[in-house]
Amino acid sequence: MSDPLYTLTDVQHIYGTRTVLRIPSLTIQPGEIFTLVGPSGAGKSTLLRLLALLEAPSRGQVSLCLNGRQVTYNSASTGDRRQLAMVFQRPALLSRNVRANVGYGLRVRGQQDRRAQIDAALKRVSLSHLAKARPRTLSGGEAQRVAVARALILEPQVLLLDEPTANLDPFNVRLIENLVREQHDLYGSTIVLVTHNIFQARRLATRIAFLLDGQLIETASAEAFFATPQDQRTAAFVSGELIY
Amino acid sequence: MVRSLHVTASALVISAIIGIPGGTWLALARFPGKRIATAIIYTGMGLPPVVVGLVVYLFLSHSGPLGNLGWLFTVRAMVVAQVIIATPLIVGVTMSSVLGVDPALRPQLRALGATRWQATRAILLEARFGVIVGLVAGFGSIISEVGAVMLVGGNIDGRTRVLTTAVVLETRQGHFAFALALGVILLALSFVANLVMVSGQGKLAEPS
Repeated sequence: MSDPLYTLTDVQHIYGTRTVLRIPSLTIQPGEIFTLVGPSGAGKSTLLRLLALLEAPSRGQVSLCLNGRQVTYNSASTGDRRQLAMVFQRPALLSRNVRANVGYGLRVRGQQDRRAQIDAALKRVSLSHLAKARPRTLSGGEAQRVAVARALILEPQVLLLDEPTANLDPFNVRLIENLVREQHDLYGSTIVLVTHNIFQARRLATRIAFLLDGQLIETASAEAFFATPQDQRTAAFVSGELIY
Repeated sequence: MVRSLHVTASALVISAIIGIPGGTWLALARFPGKRIATAIIYTGMGLPPVVVGLVVYLFLSHSGPLGNLGWLFTVRAMVVAQVIIATPLIVGVTMSSVLGVDPALRPQLRALGATRWQATRAILLEARFGVIVGLVAGFGSIISEVGAVMLVGGNIDGRTRVLTTAVVLETRQGHFAFALALGVILLALSFVANLVMVSGQGKLAEPS
């Protein structure tokens, strides 16, 4: 087995006086569709922000192996960070048009000729007809597809997705799930997906981690996670029982 | 008229150079005492110009700590007073405009590979309409200002007399028609300057 892409060691994350995340150990392998599931407030989005190197853990270490080097929040260069792209649950778009939003990541990388890539990315998310539209005129699904397109266009080594289909209709859910699968299968990106939707986890994941109250309850292959959950809380979550 | 514009434009440029980055930093940075700093800026937005003039006068007077500069009763002293009046306004309005931008946007841009500077620049562009309003407010507060420039400039004919101080002088001498004419010129100047700044709002949008 190759070196893990992510290695988390004794990670704790604290907001104010509240410990929102406590993960003694976790690894994510390159090429996985690693899915974080759990109820709201379990710490999934917080963990994703740590994996995206947007925040440093309060304690412990989140280490990412890029081109044979271990990088952390403190040691990651701009070039390292540009191997990652994250899509947030709520698409925060610039007030400029859709084309400018999709091309933003390329522009900050100093790429001059972006037209063909933007056209291709818009085509992938079926938004070519809205290239000149302003974000305020888009539906929720269209805005989220713009957010996905501006991450996909970067062909990231790691794509992090925070509930990318929350509150979307079935058409948009299927479209985004297909894009995630395509990004993994055709472009070789490692995907880390946060979802509270166990059906989506079953459709997409190669491995699943179950978080509850900031703690990692169980990590298993997608098949084993659903077929033979080891922890009774995981079994309860998989069976659809509410856990609070 | 030229001197009025010169003093105001100089003060506005200096205030903008301090105020726009200052307001942006104040909005985005997290540091102890941020609330106190914000309260100080808001207090500064309501500084009585005549008090500013008095303090600048005391600092620049011969016995003051900066008296050796020899700036009292010069255009430089007037610019200093106006910078002190306009800067808190530009800082305060820039800060509230930047705070008005979706707080999720900055981490999202960072997560797409933007450096801190690139993300901040994008946020500032999103807040550009508010920033222009800050400049307009700063401009308005100093082009019409009379108390401070009278105190520190001295209203010396040919050297530090500007439109507002000339209006005061002409009114005191009973030349009401002339004073009124100067007032109309001042108003026209202000209108044209604001028109230029408002036009700039639309031109700041970036291409794709």
